[in-house]
Amino acid sequence: MPAHDVLIIGAGLAGQRAALAAAEAEASVAILSKVHPVRSHSVAAAGGINAAIAIDDDWTEHAYDTVKGSDYLGDQDAIEIMCSEAPKEAMHLEHIGVTFHRNDMGELDLRAFGGASKKRTAYVADITGQAILHVLYEQLMRFHETVDRYEEWFATSLILDDDGHCTGAVARDVRTGAMESFNAKSVILASGGNGQCYRPTTNALICTGDGIAQAYAAGAPLMDMEMVQYHPTTLAENGFLITEGARGEGAHLLNSEGRRFMEDYAPSKMELASRDVVSRAEQTEINEGRGVGADGQGIYLDVTVVPRKRVLESLREIVNIGRDFAGTDITREPIMIRPGQHYIMGGVKTDSDGQTPVPGLYAAGEVACVSVHGGNRLGANSLLDTLIFGRRSGEHAAARGKSMAMPHAAKSRLREDVEQIASIIARDDGGRRITEIKDELGSTMNEYVAVYRDEAGLTQALEIVRRLQEEASSAYVDDRGTVFNQDVLGAIELDYMLTCAEATVIAAIERKESRGAQFRTDYPERNDADWLKHINISRGADGSPQISESPVTITQWEPEERKY
Amino acid sequence: MSEFILRLRRYNPESGAPPYWEEHTVDLEPHRSVLEAILQARARFDGSIGIRCSCRAAICGSCGVRINGKPDLACHTHLDKAQRQARDGVIEVEPMGNMPIIKDLIVDMESVHWKKIQRVTPWLIAKQPAPEREYIVPKETMIDVTQSMACIQCGACVSDCLSMEVDPLFIGPAALAKAYRFVGDPRDDQHFERLQDLAEDPHGIYDCTHCFACIDACPKGVAPMSQIMRLRRLAGSDHGIEDANNGERHEEAFVSLVRQYGLLNEAELLPRSYGGDSPLAKFKPSAQKELVSSLPAIGKALLRRKVTPAAVLKPHKLARDDLRQIKRIYETVEGREQRFELNLYISGYDEELEGATASPADASVGGDAQTSAEHGQPGQTPGGSPTR
Repeated sequence: MPAHDVLIIGAGLAGQRAALAAAEAEASVAILSKVHPVRSHSVAAAGGINAAIAIDDDWTEHAYDTVKGSDYLGDQDAIEIMCSEAPKEAMHLEHIGVTFHRNDMGELDLRAFGGASKKRTAYVADITGQAILHVLYEQLMRFHETVDRYEEWFATSLILDDDGHCTGAVARDVRTGAMESFNAKSVILASGGNGQCYRPTTNALICTGDGIAQAYAAGAPLMDMEMVQYHPTTLAENGFLITEGARGEGAHLLNSEGRRFMEDYAPSKMELASRDVVSRAEQTEINEGRGVGADGQGIYLDVTVVPRKRVLESLREIVNIGRDFAGTDITREPIMIRPGQHYIMGGVKTDSDGQTPVPGLYAAGEVACVSVHGGNRLGANSLLDTLIFGRRSGEHAAARGKSMAMPHAAKSRLREDVEQIASIIARDDGGRRITEIKDELGSTMNEYVAVYRDEAGLTQALEIVRRLQEEASSAYVDDRGTVFNQDVLGAIELDYMLTCAEATVIAAIERKESRGAQFRTDYPERNDADWLKHINISRGADGSPQISESPVTITQWEPEERKY
Repeated sequence: MSEFILRLRRYNPESGAPPYWEEHTVDLEPHRSVLEAILQARARFDGSIGIRCSCRAAICGSCGVRINGKPDLACHTHLDKAQRQARDGVIEVEPMGNMPIIKDLIVDMESVHWKKIQRVTPWLIAKQPAPEREYIVPKETMIDVTQSMACIQCGACVSDCLSMEVDPLFIGPAALAKAYRFVGDPRDDQHFERLQDLAEDPHGIYDCTHCFACIDACPKGVAPMSQIMRLRRLAGSDHGIEDANNGERHEEAFVSLVRQYGLLNEAELLPRSYGGDSPLAKFKPSAQKELVSSLPAIGKALLRRKVTPAAVLKPHKLARDDLRQIKRIYETVEGREQRFELNLYISGYDEELEGATASPADASVGGDAQTSAEHGQPGQTPGGSPTR
């Protein structure tokens, strides 16, 4: 059985950064991912990474912008850590090879991004996530003798010992179907968010909330799950992401009257207000009949006001996306966009070293909720979050391993998971198809748990999710083989998604106010007196979700009215 | 909605049966992708259809396949285009080439593609000591290497690399494009060592035959062959690396023969490639040794009249006016202060440039690096988009 000081599940930015940090601290490290690491969804992050590296900038300004962006739900101690460590992390990335674009002096160039009071976003054209992910993978190839890579291994469960400590995980080799127990002193979950609960979404097909559901099953609480970010510019056609970098470079948002409507909502920041603010403004325009397109469900993003040469060198990818997926040349005409699901601020509750309340279990990146994003994440803070807390988790887990013996892993979990998979494969074909259930979940969430929410819709959504959970337990699979049986893994992913969706809906019903990404039309005001707190969902003894609360940490910024 | 018929190459390694074709009819709008069609077939008819996929937006690089015999990302190919290009109106999808098939459309990239990537020392060996802040480097150099960074490791170029088909050990287009990303990076301390390594390897940069298949295949405009040619120019012209494969001399011989005759002189090419760039090369022992060992090939060339005894004595030559024009091209190119290298991130696609009446400003970016745009250089066809 493989045994390591640190086992990392997920190999996007958070996972790879954790692996490198743990290896540097001389821990034995394994990194396991259901896809090849460079296929991880971090690859799709476009716009850049925030760090207060300009001479006239200071990390406290970055922290303040982040706190304000979070609608005061972010924990300020964690935000201070993230923002103060950002410049060093950005320089580290530069030193290991990230090809950040430069200014005329040859220094890192910075672009404007939403919710930021200064230009502080370092970038590589509009493929920043890809560039960083590939450079981290270069480092994993460099240290191939010290970091064991399990590529295309699908984690099925976390292993707990009798004391409730996490001592490893069970995983399936996708290529051969072999199941294996991985023994570890610490496990770091870095397996991303659950955007696939929504349809459409900017998220990749692999973003099915695996780690969130696994941690929940292991008893870890989920925090801020109601906070689901709708990105203001997703392609109306199919929900693909158009980077905020476009607006950072100066692009305008126009309604059917051809007017820059953001002047009504955020007169000073205009298109570069926080994402929740811009998405809500767009949805209001659409709802009030000023949308564009045949069904009036779109908004125009006008990139033609950005100089063509600048678009070609710094927004190359969205030129391609516009041409290939919408038939639009964005350098010559506006492109139709709309708000679309993009990110979950919530996740597995952790402290600022990535530790969850389950001993031995860490989480970092989108799977986790530290919480640095609170009610709304600022653009270009997610890459930062993954790297800072990925590194801190890796370092902390490595140090933890030094003072303990390798735990004994129970074999029972492996047996149960083998049986579970066999039973899924053995289901008769009386039930619904997996993709049908998944599609219904996606459209339900996008209808009722979106930019605008209310009690009636949320209650409806909860009923549907619970029915789908029932149906999923008998959904059948066609593939009965062992080699690349993606079908059976899809059934497991569906269960993961339904767990995440249920937590999201319950938390959204619970929070009876409007803050950040949660806008309740039945409670349209922010209510600090009652709701300046986190909502936690954990699995009760009887298996049903239990709601609890935890305080928001405030260090130096008292809540005030949020205007852009 | 329109109907499209897919013909998928299926293979189940557990069945003991050989690969076979299977057809499915799907309903989708014509501008939807081949990937969406495959996923619809999987959802409706057969959950066991194997294909790697994740982002659906041509950024994760998972869904490299061959569509109607040509490599591309399934998510990046529109159904209407695929149908137009199909032999019989049925869209054929099969796994990529040059890599072993695991199941259905899934190939083993680990044993081929990633092994080759690992071969080129794929990490920055940064100049030391590292500065406290960032390395200060010319703006253009970072934009320049972005073209190689844009590679998503999908394997489409590896799939159809003809050189790799003949020589499976060829490092190949993707890995060599990756190598350029370090050689073109001013922060890297090992430019010469890297170039020497790749030039001296018998399966290295001189193993490429300029067939353009990788440029055609690449869905991200990385233009791997262009990066390989840049590695050659840097190795041969800039670093003067005379490799044991005679790659550099072979290239020199081409250039000087065309300068002299306006055409390639096959009879002189081989001796000069091995004996040095001079009419007397054929009398050198190194060239004679090669000539002797190449006798079977020379015999064939004579039989097929590619070389004739008469032409050896009196090489064919262009008319004087034409030759003068050729010379003028040489003078223009060699008279430039720096070499022009075309880069997508700086210039955009050819078609865009034409449409925009490429301004001189557009073409002069990166003057102090080797990154200026050159209009119409071969090797920069538009990058493999469904709508091209």
